Amino acid sequence: MKPVNHYILLISLLFFYTPVQAALNVFACEPEWASLVNELAADRAVTYSATTAYQDPHHIEARPSLIAKVRRANLVICSGAELEIGWLPVLLRQAANADVLPGRQGYFEAAAMVERLDIPEVLDRSQGDVHASGNPHVHLDPRRIHTIAKALTTRLIELDSDGEAFYKSRLQDFEQRWQSAMQVWKSRAGSLKGHRAIVHHRDWVYLFDWLGIEIAGALEPKPGLPASAGHLVSLKQMLDKQPVSMIVHTIYQNPRAAKRLSGLTATPIVELPYTVGGGEAADDLFGLFDVTIDKLLKALQ
Amino acid sequence: MKKSVRLLTAALAFASAGQYAVAAQGEFNPDISLILDGRYGDYSNDSDYELPGFMLGGEASRGEKGFHLGHNELVMSANIDDLFFAKMTTAIAEHEGETEVELEEAFIESQGLGYGLTIRAGRFYSDIGYMNNQHGHAWDFMDAPLVYMGLFGNQLIDDGVQLSWVAPTDVYFRLGFEFTRGERFPAGGASNDGKGASTVFAKWGGDLGVSHAWQFGLSHWSADIDGRTSAGHAHEAATEIPSFSGDSSVSAVDFIWKWAPQGNKHETNFKLQLEYFQRDDDGTIELLGSAPLETTSYQGEQTGWYLQGVYQFMPRWRVGYRYDRLNADNTGADAAVLEEAGLDDEGHTPERSTLMIDYSRSEYSRIRFQFSQDDSYEDSDNSFFIQYIVTLGAHGAHQF
Repeated sequence: MKPVNHYILLISLLFFYTPVQAALNVFACEPEWASLVNELAADRAVTYSATTAYQDPHHIEARPSLIAKVRRANLVICSGAELEIGWLPVLLRQAANADVLPGRQGYFEAAAMVERLDIPEVLDRSQGDVHASGNPHVHLDPRRIHTIAKALTTRLIELDSDGEAFYKSRLQDFEQRWQSAMQVWKSRAGSLKGHRAIVHHRDWVYLFDWLGIEIAGALEPKPGLPASAGHLVSLKQMLDKQPVSMIVHTIYQNPRAAKRLSGLTATPIVELPYTVGGGEAADDLFGLFDVTIDKLLKALQ
Repeated sequence: MKKSVRLLTAALAFASAGQYAVAAQGEFNPDISLILDGRYGDYSNDSDYELPGFMLGGEASRGEKGFHLGHNELVMSANIDDLFFAKMTTAIAEHEGETEVELEEAFIESQGLGYGLTIRAGRFYSDIGYMNNQHGHAWDFMDAPLVYMGLFGNQLIDDGVQLSWVAPTDVYFRLGFEFTRGERFPAGGASNDGKGASTVFAKWGGDLGVSHAWQFGLSHWSADIDGRTSAGHAHEAATEIPSFSGDSSVSAVDFIWKWAPQGNKHETNFKLQLEYFQRDDDGTIELLGSAPLETTSYQGEQTGWYLQGVYQFMPRWRVGYRYDRLNADNTGADAAVLEEAGLDDEGHTPERSTLMIDYSRSEYSRIRFQFSQDDSYEDSDNSFFIQYIVTLGAHGAHQF
């Protein structure tokens, strides 16, 4: 089945199937957090993801359907660190659901649970769309996912204390599987260490921090600004002197600039899923990292 | 050295992050943003602007020639405490050589009431129609549609309270009521001891698949009016000011459809917007300042609609087309008085076609070119405008 069909099916299921027995109604801003909630809460939560891997989480319409979902949620889980600043505040304000306002138990910002990288020293919009609280794409580091999973479990228990034993056993089970998966990923990805990459946007800071890949530059001249011809030329000149192993972008980013630079420099392009649902096998957090490492290794061949 | 500073900053930021949220909005208390709007306009007609069959008021105008400023606005908002949020918008504009400060919005709003309930009090943009509650700088064209200009003097703003409720349903449903003073155009006189106007509105919305979203709205405004004066209509004896007193109501239907492939609006997207309004007036018209006082009974029915589509064909670039049309059917005992009040449609059906293209370097800046073929009154005209809109300060979030 094509991934697109997959999504339509998934979304239509979420629309028409609303089980009553679930203890929690969860609104996840991004699919990675919906997947984490599924790992930790299973049937005790009905989870809706506001976005898909085909959408840029920086730029989402505050659609009426999303307001309706937030209105009924017991828990809103998002990356935070200003990633959703253009749309989440509108949803929260308009839905008027007291349980999920920032500061309440029903509001969970994943980025707040971990140390963040890329915290700008200077806040100046001439530097592009920089996030004052640091880079928000924290889900691409499995170590941080682990920390977040623990904090999320604590929160789930606060919200649904009847399920305490259940959530604790789910976390234990998840931690076991996650840690052994991390070992496999780390050993498989050993050869990636020390390689350099050009990225479209700095979505990959945490992934590359974990894998030891160096970000040599970005296709966006400034975060959030599109690649210009002049910028591509300067990247080409840089790569002529010191080549990189790959050019990395997400599914939701237009591959045009990556292709142009690849054409100029014969550097392989890697399109990574970025999040759960971004391609065939990336249908949960485990699959996401499996596919990501597969694709990165393939670029080295 | 630099690296250790960065690590230290990161560690400090982590340590100071709240238990539940990374400080994002509200790092400055309050959030402050400044919106700058500058324009250049060109058109050929020099006669005073009018819309036949409509008494103009509020900020109705066709824009100015040459270099001029639009609305430069200062917006401040913040959570007051766990129960209240507050916002104030002041616009600084120049009218006939004088700099005026206008209080556009100043309200408090409940938060955390729960159950989908929100109460707002103060001065606010009414939720009538679709684009009435948006700031002018968020509009897709430089100016308001003709129907907004003709009925509301660009926008319906009033002082009062608003109560709204979002239903706990899968299909979005919001119902709201507004009770307001009724002193500002198109009301007047703050009748019923300062409780002269009220609005009821309902909105529905949802998605169709991942790529389409829609919203449909119905709304109704009514007012007891004790003197709706027309400021915009010129007359050879400028001392005569037309004034309407009586009952007035406006009914509105609006429909919005947005498309973005896979729901990813960053590359390309399309927005279709349709609104229809009908105003019914029943009362009397007086020409204030005339001696002896000229007066007539008056029943008015004024309708108007516009349809616009805006297409982002590549990141940062959008094109848009808007078609406007108005119709007035006003009757009264003394047709001459109606004519002097600007309520005679002069056998003309106002219409206008507008094309725009804009470029947004970032979310904070926009440069727009707009061309209109304007048949809103007898002397048809072509107009051309260039506009910049930039935002400094807090990151605004845009509603649907």
